[in-house]
Order: sequence, then structure tokens, then C-alpha cells
Amino acid sequence: MPDAIEQSRFSAARRDFIKTGGALVVSFSLRPALANAADQAAPAKTVAIDQVDGFLAVGADGKVTVFSGKVDLGTGVRTAMTQIAAEELCVPFDHVTVIQGDTLLTPDQGVTFGSLSIQVGGMQIRQAAATAREALLSSAAGKLGTAREALAVKDGVVSAKAGANSGTTSVAYAELVGNRNFELKLDPRAPLKDPKDYTIVGKPVARLDIPDKVTGRFTYMHDFKVKGMLHARVVRPRAMKASLEAFNDWECRKIPGYVGAIRQGNFLAVLAKNEWAAIKASRVLETSWSDWQGLPEQDKLWEYVRATKVNKTEDLQKTGNTADAMPQAMKTHSASYDFAIHTHGSIGPSCAVAEFKDDKLTVWTSSQQTHLLRLQLAKMLALQPADIRCVYIEGSGCYGRNGHEDAAADAALLAKAVGLPVRVQWMRADEHGWDPKGPPTLLDFKGGLDAGGNIVAWESNVYIPDRPAEISVALVAAELANLPHLGSHPGNIQNALAIGYSVPNVKATANWLAETPFKPSWIRTPGRMQNTFGNESFIDELAAIAGADPFEYRVAMLAKDPRALELMARLKTLSNWTPRATREQRRKQSEMTGSTFHRGRGVSYIKYENVRTYVGMVADVMVDEKTGKVRVEKVFVAHDCGQIINPDGLRNQIEGNVVQTTSRTLIEELKFDRATVTSVDWKTYPIIAYPDVPEVAIDLIDRPNEKPWGAGEPTAALVPSSIANAIFDATGVRLRSVPFTPEKVLAGLKVANA
Amino acid sequence: MSKTIKFNLNGKPETLKVDDPEMPLLYALRDDAGLRGPRFGCGLGQCGACTVHLDGVSMRSCVLPVSAVAGKKVLTLEGLETGGKLHALQQAWIDEQAVQCGYCMNGMIMQAAALLSSNKHPTDAEIKDALAHNLCRCGTHLRVVRAVKRAAATMA
Repeated sequence: MPDAIEQSRFSAARRDFIKTGGALVVSFSLRPALANAADQAAPAKTVAIDQVDGFLAVGADGKVTVFSGKVDLGTGVRTAMTQIAAEELCVPFDHVTVIQGDTLLTPDQGVTFGSLSIQVGGMQIRQAAATAREALLSSAAGKLGTAREALAVKDGVVSAKAGANSGTTSVAYAELVGNRNFELKLDPRAPLKDPKDYTIVGKPVARLDIPDKVTGRFTYMHDFKVKGMLHARVVRPRAMKASLEAFNDWECRKIPGYVGAIRQGNFLAVLAKNEWAAIKASRVLETSWSDWQGLPEQDKLWEYVRATKVNKTEDLQKTGNTADAMPQAMKTHSASYDFAIHTHGSIGPSCAVAEFKDDKLTVWTSSQQTHLLRLQLAKMLALQPADIRCVYIEGSGCYGRNGHEDAAADAALLAKAVGLPVRVQWMRADEHGWDPKGPPTLLDFKGGLDAGGNIVAWESNVYIPDRPAEISVALVAAELANLPHLGSHPGNIQNALAIGYSVPNVKATANWLAETPFKPSWIRTPGRMQNTFGNESFIDELAAIAGADPFEYRVAMLAKDPRALELMARLKTLSNWTPRATREQRRKQSEMTGSTFHRGRGVSYIKYENVRTYVGMVADVMVDEKTGKVRVEKVFVAHDCGQIINPDGLRNQIEGNVVQTTSRTLIEELKFDRATVTSVDWKTYPIIAYPDVPEVAIDLIDRPNEKPWGAGEPTAALVPSSIANAIFDATGVRLRSVPFTPEKVLAGLKVANA
Repeated sequence: MSKTIKFNLNGKPETLKVDDPEMPLLYALRDDAGLRGPRFGCGLGQCGACTVHLDGVSMRSCVLPVSAVAGKKVLTLEGLETGGKLHALQQAWIDEQAVQCGYCMNGMIMQAAALLSSNKHPTDAEIKDALAHNLCRCGTHLRVVRAVKRAAATMA
């Protein structure tokens, strides 16, 4: 049974608003195309993923609107989608506008995650555009009485190809289909433009959003207002699963603008007519929570994970037979790795606005998954999905499933309860404390070498939280208010444990755990980062045991893959990799010079999930033996994601991957006591600062005739192992626990020097 | 109880009525003056997303009481443009494509503007030091440093 809603003073507030003439008019100026499409009484715009009209519309002026279910999370996807559509349709770049993530208007292309926006979402749009272009050419041929083959399109105008019989007039897309539907099924075999004819794709087109973002003109979610909206602040339990015993808003009532509190189960929020009043009210609201101390001790986190019940095991990769091969190996080596719990750490805490009017709910949200959010809200609030519209508005970068959806659910619950539009803005502690977390990850490895140092057997085990069937993360409001919801899924965090090297006997196993301390979700490169940290560190350990150069050791196991070899060859040139003098020799050298700083470099490689983007990385680090501080000086990245849509956008993503993951690798670790998260701001959960940011050198391998693959995550997968391998190269200390804090480095040095 | 606060906002006189003079300037700028440049990031003066200039000095508007600006000059991101022309820093940000999500960039640009007003030719290290307390989660730092250098060169 859902808990009843308790309201304080709401009927009065509502009267108040009506009295003061607070009409519920949306003040946000919608894009013309959006307004038109949304307001047309009939026919409703289709969002069918197999229809050209799902993705594209041509206006009477020939301007094109693209409807994208994938959204720009600050990664440049809007610009890239514009390039893809303009190129394939043969219209000018500035004639294309992209509408994103609006459940009323855009097809459900799946959650914007997994480095799939271009690879999957962009290719659906490309195919829709190709289908449209071919249909328009045929239509033009009929209209002009010319053979279809004699026609070409330029800038949205169909006319005779150069050299063809002149005398033919031309016809514009606008005339052919302007303001009308294509009524055309998306043709998966519609011929695509030859990349040699590209003029927009593959070019470093400037991002469309940047001018507005540097002048204060951009509308972030946080800037969005609806007339008459109330400002809400949530008041979360003191302990994560504590029950709300009582609350008293007596002190809040002294605050001008305070409207009331809403409580449902353990969900509690205050509302006010202005933002500051809501913040003050949230601070003076008296609450009494039950005691709850259900979290494991942080100091014993890894013992806790190790002791957690395994629901089931799953073979992720099985080649040959490791059970037979391992005992026959000349030498075996085992190692365990762990990777701390991370928060997404969005700079702007999550924010959303919701309005419930005429039994219909509208939610403005920065959610990466508006279609999925709609289903979750429908379940939570017992509404029909058709009565909910979720509209994407870009927010602060989320790097996965952060709190955006939860803020949306907070706003929806409140808006439905009070009958007025409500804006929910999370505070810093809400974001750090209540976004779902990248789960703690434990990895065990065992390797067997033959007499030549070659790997003959490889066994890996990862310990990660088990998941429900659906890839979604429960909404905090639904959990706290005891409303219907599904369990939480951490994303496909088993991926990338399988290795891409030629090893005769491999067994990679997921151990699905019955529980994990914090509600899990995906955070950039989920699982793939942790698993690759293990894989690429362990292979480095085996190379060291084999006495081999870690670069050549890897290359020798990639011989069957020409793309991998080209990548590594280019990485070698880029980083000027040379087999390094042995550690001992170098340490002697620095002892002679009296230096306490040790430099080293580490290499890593991945073919992402063994099926797509190739990345190779070399990291140069300097370790201060006295303080234990690791400084990542420079990172070299060779990158092959097939066809590049926008090389500068790609570089921006790669740089971001390196810098963000350097932060996660060196510094970041969620702190908690038995009751709740205690790292609730930037002092208690620091992230990288400018002076510690490494330089990044990039070599992009463009393959215009190949499929474009994702680039939002793969580079990040390599950062922890590249740094770990470099620290080993510099000091002989093998760090197997992320983050690589000075304490861990010093402890390692103490053992190494003992 | 409400109080009137008069100050100069981006070169123009501004009068705001506030219920609480202790309200941080950020909310006055965003909710009452309708600006979008200064952004809410932490409310604790830790991340820098809310940075403005007060009488030419960079300040965290999320922890600065609105009463403290009475009679003073407040400059925000919106006020950097002059006569419809972008500030050299804004142009440099576009030229270097120094944005990912961009949520923190108000603070980066305002902090950099404060730096360039006292140091016309900062080195990379000086730029990084000046921005050391401005946080970016996307990892756009390298581009920001390049943008500041580019702006310094064009302003020279």
C-alpha cells in the first residue's frame, strides 16, 4: 500500500496563487518546429522508429527538423547529429535543427548511454535521411519528367546532374514535401552517400551550443521556468533507509514565501514561492528519523564484498580449457584488484520541473532516458504513459545515470500532489549523497605462462551486483514514498572482462552478488573501466614476470588484428615508446642523483567490448617517493572509432575521458559511515584541479568507409591501468586498488623497499 | 521586512526588493534579475560555477549575501559583452571549442577575466593556479587553458 500524502497548508497556497493571478502558462519559448509539431491537432506526429516521419520533417521553407531520441549530454551529439542529417539529406548544415528526447516528438532510440549515440542513434537518423533523400529524388524525377539517374541534390534542391541534358528545371525539397509527412517506412537498405562526397561529416564543425553557453544565453534545465511554479527542496532521510517518524514545519512558517511541506512515507519536501525561501525552509524543518545503521563499515568494504553471497556465476568468455592448461603452466601468478565506489559528480545538482494539469503530467528534465523515465513515472504515479510527456532540456553533464531522473520524479510527485507546477533543485549534498553510485568492484586474476613467458592460461573473476531484468534504476521518490518501482540495474558492468588478446585458454567469469551497499547505476564506462583496470594491469604483471617489454608483449598477442596493429604502431610513434631500461637500473640512477621523484610510463590497449572502438594509451607519471603523490604528466592516445563525424568533437571527448578518469583513478572514493554517505561536497569528495591535469596528445585514425563507433567511453577504460602500469614502471610498486592515494603509494614503497 | 538593495549590475542601475538581505547574491541574480550566467553548483563556495565580479574582484555569489553588494558594481558573464561584441575570452572559448556540458564555464570565464585584468600575459602555470578552485567535471581543462592564452594574446 502506498503511503498517504500529508500536506501542510496546501489548499491555502493554491487559493493564494489563484488570487494573485498566477496563471499556469508556460513561459518557455519553444522552438517553432517543436511548437508546431506539438500544437498540431491532427495528425499527431509519429514517433515510430521505423518511419521516416519519426525522425525527419521538412518545413515549407525547406528547413529540416531532426527528431532524436538520443540527447546531447554536453558531448556534442547535437552538432554531430546535425552534421549526419545535413550530409545525408544534402542540405546546408544551418538548415537543420535537432529536437531531442521529447517523448511526444522523438522516437525511443534507447537510453543515451554506452557510447551508442552516434553508432546506433546517429545511424538510424542517417538511414532515415537516406530513405528520405531517395524518395525525394524519385518524386522530383516524376515532377520534372526526368530520369531519376539524371538528377542530383545540392543544398536541398534537386536538379539535373552536371553534363546531363539541360533544360530540366529544378525542384526544392520544400516544394516536394514541405510541411507534409513523408508517410514512408525507413528503408534499412536505402543507399548511403559515398563518404568521398562528404562536405560536412568528418569536418571539425564548430559546436552549435557553445556561443550561447559562453554568453549566458543558453537554457539549461536549471534556467527553465514555468509561470506560477513553486520551488521545492527535498529533505532526505538522515540515514539512507531511516523512517520518518515526525516532522514539524512551525519554523518554516515564519519564512516569507513558504508554502508548505509534502510528506509521503519517507519522502519529504518543502515548497515555497521563491527559491531561497525553499532552501531556508529545508534547513529549519524539524524532522525525526528512525535509527538505521545498515551500511557496511567502510574500512572493511572489501571483506564485505568478498563475503557477499554469490547469486550465480556466468561465463563471459570461454576459450580452450583453463582447468587443464593452468596446472601445466611453467609459472602461475595471481592478483586481486579493487575499484572504489564513485559518484557521478555533476557540477550542477540535478533539477527538474513538473506540471500536472488536466490529468496529464509534463516533466522537463535533463534525463538521458526520457522514454524510459516516462514508463517509470507512469508506474510510480499510477498514470498511463500516454498521459505523461517528458521533455529533455540539457543540464549539467551526468556521465551516466546520475540524479536527473530522481529530481524529475521528485518534481512529478510534488506537482501531482499540489496541483501546481513545481521546480525541484537538488542541493550539493543531495547530488553527492543520493545519486546512484558506481558499485564497488572486486576482481581476481590468475595467469599461467609457458617457458617462453607466453600466456597459456588466463582466468578472471569479477564480483558485481546482480541485476533485475530491466535496465533501469529505481527513482528515489518511488523508493522513499513506497510507490511501485522496479529494482535497480547497474548497467552492463560485466562487459569488457573478456579479453581481446590471442590466448589459448581463457575463462572470464562474472560473479553476480546478492547485494551491494548503495543503489547502483552506470557511471561513465561502467564495469568496462573496472574490468579493463584488472585486465590491463594483470597483463602488465605477466609481462614483467616474463621479462618482456609490456608494449611488445601486447602487440605479440594482437597479430591477427591488422587494425589493432596499426593502432599500436601509431601509438608507439606518438608516444615515442622505447623499451625502457630496467627499473633497478633506473632506480640506481635516481639514487645517484639523489632524486626522490621517479618517472615511469605505462601502456594499455582495448578493443572496446571486443567488437568496436580501438584505443591504445601510454601514460607518463611522476611519483614523489617522499609524499607518495602521483602526478600524471602526459597521456598519449591512439584512437580508431571508424568513421569520424567531427574530429574536434572527438578530441574533446577523448581529452575529457582522460582528465575525468585521471581524477577518478587518483583521488575519488565515496566515503560513508554505517548510516549514510559522508562525502557530500567537493571538500569531502574532491575531484581533479587544474594544476594536476595531465597534458593529452591524440592521434585519430579516421576510416571514412567504416562504420562510426562510439567514443564517449572507450578511452576512459584505459586510464586506471595505464597509470598503474606507469607507477609500477617508475617505482616497482604495483597498485591494485583504485584510487591510487598517496597513502597506498607510500605503503607500497615501504613494502618494495623493505 | 523586505529590503531594497540598489547596486550597479553590468553597468546599469539595479534595484531589487528582497525578503532576506542574507539571501546569497546568486539567487537575486538568477531569480530576481533573471540572469543565466551565474550558475548554482554547490552553494558552498567550493566549485566556482556562480562566480561574478564585485567591484572588479571575483567572488562566489552563492555565499555572498545580497546585502553586501549595495552601492557596488556587480559584473556577470552577461556584462562581459560590450556593444554587442563578445569579450575576447568568450570569443577565445568559441575558437578553442572549450566547452563540453559548459555548466562550469561561467565561473571559468569570470575567473579568467579577473586574472587577465591583473596579469596580461599569464603562463600556463599561472592560469592553472588562478583556476585551481574552479571545478570542471567534463575534463575540459586543457581547452580552457588554451582559450585563456588565446584571449590574452588577442587582448595584448
